[in-house]
Amino acid sequence: MGIEVNGKTLEVDEEGYLADLSTWEPGVATVMAKAEGQELGDDHWEIINFLREYYEEYQIAPAIRVLTKAIGKKLGKDKGNSKYLYELFPYGPAKQACKYAGLPKPTGCV
Amino acid sequence: MSDIKKFMYVNRKAPYGTVYALESLEVVLIGAAFDQDVSLAFVDDGVYQIMEGQDTTGIGMKNFSATYRALGDYEITKLYVEKESLEARGLSVEDLMELTWEDEDEDYEEKPSIILVSSAELAEVMAGQDVVLSF
Repeated sequence: MGIEVNGKTLEVDEEGYLADLSTWEPGVATVMAKAEGQELGDDHWEIINFLREYYEEYQIAPAIRVLTKAIGKKLGKDKGNSKYLYELFPYGPAKQACKYAGLPKPTGCV
Repeated sequence: MSDIKKFMYVNRKAPYGTVYALESLEVVLIGAAFDQDVSLAFVDDGVYQIMEGQDTTGIGMKNFSATYRALGDYEITKLYVEKESLEARGLSVEDLMELTWEDEDEDYEEKPSIILVSSAELAEVMAGQDVVLSF
């Protein structure tokens, strides 16, 4: 399977996660979001970029509890809660935002 | 009512060459979602798992050592390291990664996660656990 991003075909797995993290570019997130009927605003990008930085540092996609806590610390308590994150990513922030960010599915996420 | 159990994950093997270390780490991270009292122990070759400066380029495996730094985020703050195992390998605590956790109640102060213990002390800690899982 693959998705079309800026004229290139990038491989994804059966659940739509990018096969190779290093092929990610911002267009990946835009294309994936569009396919799920979403437009990405600054608030979405803030979370996507945060996830990419987290993965860069720790080599894992954080669990949702860890994500909300870390977001709260970095971006403020009004953003560090699951209500805010679910409003941005209704299919589940860890699952959906991680996918847009090109990360593997979070460990322990079914 | 408290049904929190004390879980200890005992790591005995070198990080690469077998899948034990990575599997253990994944189980720990998944298990962390269940709000139990979790600690880790590093004994025998397991002490190599948290050594500073790991480089896996020559063996074509993912270097997952950075993930141990995330344990604090998962509220896993007790990493027992057996002194005898370090000494037998010519290592000291300075050869290990600096692993810390942030105490939210004390303005996110960074506190060390590594607890250096003797074999006898570790045996005592182990005896106080509800569940001990060995990898």
